[in-house]
Amino acid sequence: MPATKLSKAAAHDPASRIFDLDVSSLRELNQALHNLTPGSNETAWEVLHPKGSHSVAVGVDQPVSIDVRGSVGYYCGGMNSGSTITVHGSAGPGVGENMMSGSIIVKGDASQYAGATGKGGLLVIEGNASSRCGISMKGIDIVVHGNIGHMSAFMAQSGNLVVLGDAGDALGDSIYEARLFVRGKVDSLGADCIAKEMRPEHLELLQGLLDRAGVTGVKPSEFKRYGSARTLYNFNIDNADAY
Amino acid sequence: MTYKNPPTTPRKSATFDDYTLSEIRRAAATGIYDIRGGGAKRKLPHFDDLLFLGASISRYPLEGYRERCDTSVVLGSRHAKKPIELKIPITIAGMSFGSLSGPAKEALGRGATLAGTSTTTGDGGMTEEERGHSKQLVYQYLPSRYGMNLRDLRRADAIEVVVGQGAKPGGGGMLLGQKISDRVAEMRTLPKGIDQRSASRHPDWTGPDDLEIKILELREITDWEKPIYVKVGGARPYYDTALAVKAGADVVVVDGMQGGTAATQEVFIENVGQPTLACIRPAVQALQDLGMHRKVQLIVSGGIRNGADVAKALALGVDAVSIGTAALVALGDNDPRWEAEYNELGTTAGAYDDWHEGRDPAGITTQDPELMKRVDPVAAGRRLANYLKVMTLEAQTIARACGKNSLHNLEPEDLVALTIEAAAMAGVPLAGTNWIPGKNGF
Repeated sequence: MPATKLSKAAAHDPASRIFDLDVSSLRELNQALHNLTPGSNETAWEVLHPKGSHSVAVGVDQPVSIDVRGSVGYYCGGMNSGSTITVHGSAGPGVGENMMSGSIIVKGDASQYAGATGKGGLLVIEGNASSRCGISMKGIDIVVHGNIGHMSAFMAQSGNLVVLGDAGDALGDSIYEARLFVRGKVDSLGADCIAKEMRPEHLELLQGLLDRAGVTGVKPSEFKRYGSARTLYNFNIDNADAY
Repeated sequence: MTYKNPPTTPRKSATFDDYTLSEIRRAAATGIYDIRGGGAKRKLPHFDDLLFLGASISRYPLEGYRERCDTSVVLGSRHAKKPIELKIPITIAGMSFGSLSGPAKEALGRGATLAGTSTTTGDGGMTEEERGHSKQLVYQYLPSRYGMNLRDLRRADAIEVVVGQGAKPGGGGMLLGQKISDRVAEMRTLPKGIDQRSASRHPDWTGPDDLEIKILELREITDWEKPIYVKVGGARPYYDTALAVKAGADVVVVDGMQGGTAATQEVFIENVGQPTLACIRPAVQALQDLGMHRKVQLIVSGGIRNGADVAKALALGVDAVSIGTAALVALGDNDPRWEAEYNELGTTAGAYDDWHEGRDPAGITTQDPELMKRVDPVAAGRRLANYLKVMTLEAQTIARACGKNSLHNLEPEDLVALTIEAAAMAGVPLAGTNWIPGKNGF
């Protein structure tokens, strides 16, 4: 194990591992996480002084919890498969990209492409997300407490995007089957994205997502639902001006 | 006596030839551009326009079938802990499951493994057929990220970040609804029967600086074991190669415009990009200028057909070539034994390219369970292995005649060009002269 300094709490918990990126390298951190085997009792991890490092805790494939104390750069938690990662700061571009399962919670803001192509799991951004949030999402659930930028959910295929604040231009452009729930205003909808009726099953789904994301004091009925009009699912020359 | 005017011969326009006229009529009738598979069909400067100079007095040849001529190559030695070691410098290019049938993918794996080389996945993700039968498998990381997952990434032997494709630099893909079986739909997380648009750009990076960080992420995920290839369409090979190297690529793949595609607009295939021959020297020059030639390996693809093409590409400075279309033909694509069925589809063996329609009589570019039974993966794999071995023998024959004990010792000095165009593009002299057009710049 590389040189690390144990916090007081961790010193009493044999299951906790602390990596101080001022002392250890990113490679050492990720290799240690990848070396985890099923049933490992090293279930609680802490990363100190990330200072905007890229690729923190990427490719984790075990159900451990990882607390990152500070802000991260690109692709934090990329391809996460089963772990719970909490970023106690803000996240750079591509947080949780292609996540398979598990969850990522960003206490601050997230930059572009949050949750891009995510296949599963839950991504919670307690601040705002930038453009292209949920781009090409493929089953992931994303809950953003604040606002999201333009071109979010572009070509989104599956999963749910919940936004408690506002959405920028071209929301859901060329969307497939993903569901978008926005509580605030939407600057504009992209090609083939329309507002849809909020039926009881959607209210129930949304309540479940809000509960999982730790959102309280907000009712599902305050949201509007958006999704695909499905008019561009098969190419037709008469729709060419929609592109 | 009346004088009759002599008969005249009807003259058709060279500009509005029969093909062009038929395309205008087709566009007017259907309201959609032609979509097809394959690569550029127009005549382009190619390897046929180059010739080797065998040895006489100034060079000393090696004995055919007696003196060793090495064909092996190592790819990804720059950063990867586990570089790819191949017996032959001919790899199988990425072709997607979805575009190709499962048995066809299995056959590619079997054939490549028998011949000692690698296969490559495609836009549809990794299949058990291919992983199970490929000793070495390159996993493509594409803009669509269909089927992309952590475990397959780690099951791969190398990762190829696909930025562009020779048939359509800057273009995305379109798999029409009729080819979307349950299995294809599931792998791509899309409803069955709808058109599947593959994006033209990666969703989570936007330029070379981002690419560098993306490659770092892929290395971290795979513990720096796997070579990272970067594949670009042959459009700006000098700059794209240089930027791929800057971003940290272990291997750069440049795909010229004769490189195939599953389904793209005809107008795109025939009018965007540069011929394979024109892409090699600029790509090699970029590596040389950066001091990275032979350190970052270069793979070139697009219209490679025989051992002479392989030898010529290697002589120009390439480390390995990749084949797609030729591999499909080796498996049985466009085989004349299905001629009657090709005729029913309004075409002929050798010209069938409507792969996206899913009705391939050869059972290769289809998801129709009855048609795909026509591919025997064992027999088709054997044919591919035979073909790869023949290409290798052909290249060795040429290399020995040039006095080389390794295919990789072939060099531009071994070549001349038959045309000024080829001489300029390849950077070798016009035959019978010492003139290299454009020697002082591209």
